[in-house]
Amino acid sequence: MTDLGKAGLADTALSNTELRRALASTWSAQPGLWGALSTVDHKVIGRRYVATAFVFLALGGVLSLLMRLQLSQPEARFIGPDRYNQIFTMHGSNMMFLFAVPVMQAMAVYLVPLMVGTRNIAFPRLNAFSYWIYLAGGLLLWIAFVVDTGPDVGWFAYVPLSGPQYGIGKRADIWAQMITFTELSALAIAVEIVVTVFKQRAPGMSLDRIPLFVWSMLVTSFLIILAMPAIMIASTSLILDRLVGTHFFNPAEGGDVLLWQHLFWFFGHPEVYIIFLPAVGMVSTIVATFTGRPVFGYLAMVMALVATGVLAFGLWVHHMFVAGLPRLGESFFTASSMAIAVPAGLQIFCWLATIWAGKPIFKTPFLFVIGFIVIFVLGGLTGVMVASVPFDTQVHDTYFVVAHFHYVLVGGAVFPLLGAIYYWFPKLTGRMMSEALGRWVFGLIFVGFNLTFFPMHILGLEGMPRRIYTYQPEMPWAGLNMFVSLSAIVLAAGFALFFFDAIRSARWGAVAGANPWGASTLEWATASPPHPYNFAMPPVVSSREPLWADAVTLPVAAGLRVDRREVVITSVVEGTPQAREASVGHSIWPLWAALATTLALIWSIFSPWAVVWGSIPIAVSLIGWFWPKGAPEDES
Amino acid sequence: MRAARVLTLWIAAFACGCSGNQSALAPYGAPAMHVEHLIVAIVALCTAIWVAVMLVLGGALWRRRQPVETEIRQSHLASAVSAAVAATVILIAGMTIASFYTTRSIGLPQRGSITITVRAQQWWWQVFYASSATTRGFQTANEIHIPVGQDVHVQLESADVIHSFWVPSLAGKQDLVPGRSNSLLLRAEKPGVYRGQCAEFCGLQHGHMALMVIAEAPADYTRWAASQSADAMPSLAPDAAAGRMAFLARPCAACHTIRGTAAIGNTGPDLTHVGSRQTIAAGLLETTRGSLAAWIADPQTLKPGNNMPIVPLTSAELQDISAYMESLK
Repeated sequence: MTDLGKAGLADTALSNTELRRALASTWSAQPGLWGALSTVDHKVIGRRYVATAFVFLALGGVLSLLMRLQLSQPEARFIGPDRYNQIFTMHGSNMMFLFAVPVMQAMAVYLVPLMVGTRNIAFPRLNAFSYWIYLAGGLLLWIAFVVDTGPDVGWFAYVPLSGPQYGIGKRADIWAQMITFTELSALAIAVEIVVTVFKQRAPGMSLDRIPLFVWSMLVTSFLIILAMPAIMIASTSLILDRLVGTHFFNPAEGGDVLLWQHLFWFFGHPEVYIIFLPAVGMVSTIVATFTGRPVFGYLAMVMALVATGVLAFGLWVHHMFVAGLPRLGESFFTASSMAIAVPAGLQIFCWLATIWAGKPIFKTPFLFVIGFIVIFVLGGLTGVMVASVPFDTQVHDTYFVVAHFHYVLVGGAVFPLLGAIYYWFPKLTGRMMSEALGRWVFGLIFVGFNLTFFPMHILGLEGMPRRIYTYQPEMPWAGLNMFVSLSAIVLAAGFALFFFDAIRSARWGAVAGANPWGASTLEWATASPPHPYNFAMPPVVSSREPLWADAVTLPVAAGLRVDRREVVITSVVEGTPQAREASVGHSIWPLWAALATTLALIWSIFSPWAVVWGSIPIAVSLIGWFWPKGAPEDES
Repeated sequence: MRAARVLTLWIAAFACGCSGNQSALAPYGAPAMHVEHLIVAIVALCTAIWVAVMLVLGGALWRRRQPVETEIRQSHLASAVSAAVAATVILIAGMTIASFYTTRSIGLPQRGSITITVRAQQWWWQVFYASSATTRGFQTANEIHIPVGQDVHVQLESADVIHSFWVPSLAGKQDLVPGRSNSLLLRAEKPGVYRGQCAEFCGLQHGHMALMVIAEAPADYTRWAASQSADAMPSLAPDAAAGRMAFLARPCAACHTIRGTAAIGNTGPDLTHVGSRQTIAAGLLETTRGSLAAWIADPQTLKPGNNMPIVPLTSAELQDISAYMESLK
């Protein structure tokens, strides 16, 4: 046992039962609604985040079915062009900003503190604030859509279509401000994850013992911190152009419409990796558990993550190959876009090597990993295709690209995510999801996905552009479109079954033990679901697979106080203990701050004065939030 | 089994050179042909790569395992992974180089012998032909004629938002960006009608923004250009003559030009030779007297949100104006 110090009531002074009782009373949220609103427990917020993101997934899925209804026949009149444009804009914006990025971060909010063996995420109140801001942004977008003011300019909102002259009403403003909300919440979590991973790891968890999922979230968080400012500049400039007549994007006044595209894609391409890298971490985790061995090439995997993260910032121009940029510049971006296939390929090969050397167990989470490899490799290869400038001039903005990025994003991120839900569901809820239903879910989604999206490659090559609300009967696309629309029903049935299974299992699933899969990482070292304090004693790590090395006798550290919330602070590289730090308790102020911020942001769609008057409630709520308590922050 | 399905689908896609006159897989111009060769080569290579990875995956999942396995040496796995990464590097380098050579073989648009300026508007294509030795310059809409076997330099501009000019059977696409001027090389090897449509989301009627490129023998092209550069012919038939009067008396002339008349509006398409075009309303309807009447009577139902208002006309006026439009060959 490592003794960390003795001030106040330390855990070393208590018996096991007393210790658990004392920790529970220190770490538990308050009861009732007030407790739910003021909690800063990363597990509660993480679960809430995941559930909300899945609600947005379901809503976005309904939108895609509406689009498939309209496109099932030529010149169909189910949905008019105005509503259709809102629907496809909502589908993209919702899936990217309200589902994909938040759900990956949400999984991290729940899992990273457990996987690094600490008791709460860094900056727990910021974490609570982040969730409320995210929820407000989502509600803003969806309420606007319901009252027919949904954005209709595409999830990329190219100017001048989204600018003051052509984007009438408040639709584009709603989109731009929704971006502000989601970027705020994403940045907040990114900062929390970086600090949690760097400073709150279990004693002994040196950089080369961090689980691969945690590595992937660390790289992802840096990507978020570096990429999000670009889109915030873009969306803020757009609102300024629309509200107070700045001319950032107006060519008639010396502005530039391509400036928008550069800013948007400087964020938008890393965004793809912000969604994909966490999925890579999930795949590594699942592969290790279900082959019963560590993923082959830990160092190579980590380097591939970092390389992908760096390269992600050098590819954005491949979204602009037909915008009329100089040839030489385009060639550079062809080369860099192709080059990212190397780290992606390396990771695939490492997983294949792991499966080859191990003994695969075909449980549902692993089935989704197999589906991931089949689909993602295809999506990666079509990515290589669109990286070629001449190839891209024929498929850019066609259904080929729609097929490509659904193969990459659904295959590359949603399949691993669904596998991850089946895998970590027992940790989140204490109950197993159904293995029998899980096979059906996988089968329906895998078959439905391929039947829905594969034909779109052909439609694109046959000349069908994206974002058209209808097409004419003389075009040769009707048959495949009907086929795609019918296949989408199979895909939707798979997702419906998944939601059914998740809801049913949360209530009636078989009770899971602490470690139902026999996995190696620290989140399985505690109860399912974990206690509010996560670990009665902080675990001490001496290998990359702590639970496989010391399944029975995981060493723990002692000496933390139990009468206040404390976490162990460790060094960045070696993970040696440095201090005991206080972790803040529950507070309602993050909610007030989020409400004040929401008020100011929505008001500022309508009047620039909102920035002045709206800052007053924000200031008040922040003063309340940070009011000094007079307690020392940390004791070393 | 899945591999087989995927292969069949790809092959089906490529075999269908008959996939219409708006298809990257049915190229009829040198730029599109170069790209099609690249597409076929890269798709074939990538299909092979995908099949290879799937075979390895299948092997990894279902290879026969002894009850007591001897552990596979890490160094063997490391060699296999390294070899695969090396192969990846070589293959993508090859595809990158092939892509550069394709770009080079397409060449620069500026070498074209004829220059046409296309100015995109929400939701139609305004086309300008510069004056030549034999003809003066003229304007048309949604239909471009080019001589077969000649490089045509298309200058691309936008009047409002971003659009994208795409005639897949002849060339790849290029955006029309407000405040900028882009170029594209267009070329057809065979006479024919090649359809294209806007490929960048441009608002409500993005889906109904098509254009026709008509490639014809050089002599036919010259004849066409000469007739287009002429003013509208006087209307001899009584209904067309009445239609001409009504057109000029009604708000129509505020937006449309008919050269040789007092109509000089420039918001909507130039109608000087509208009857000679294959389609109206940017590829929406075939040009007939009936479709013209339907369009003039209620453009907002046929193409909701477009910029042509409903002009109240008596049924006689409607018939006469339609007859007049049809007569503008």
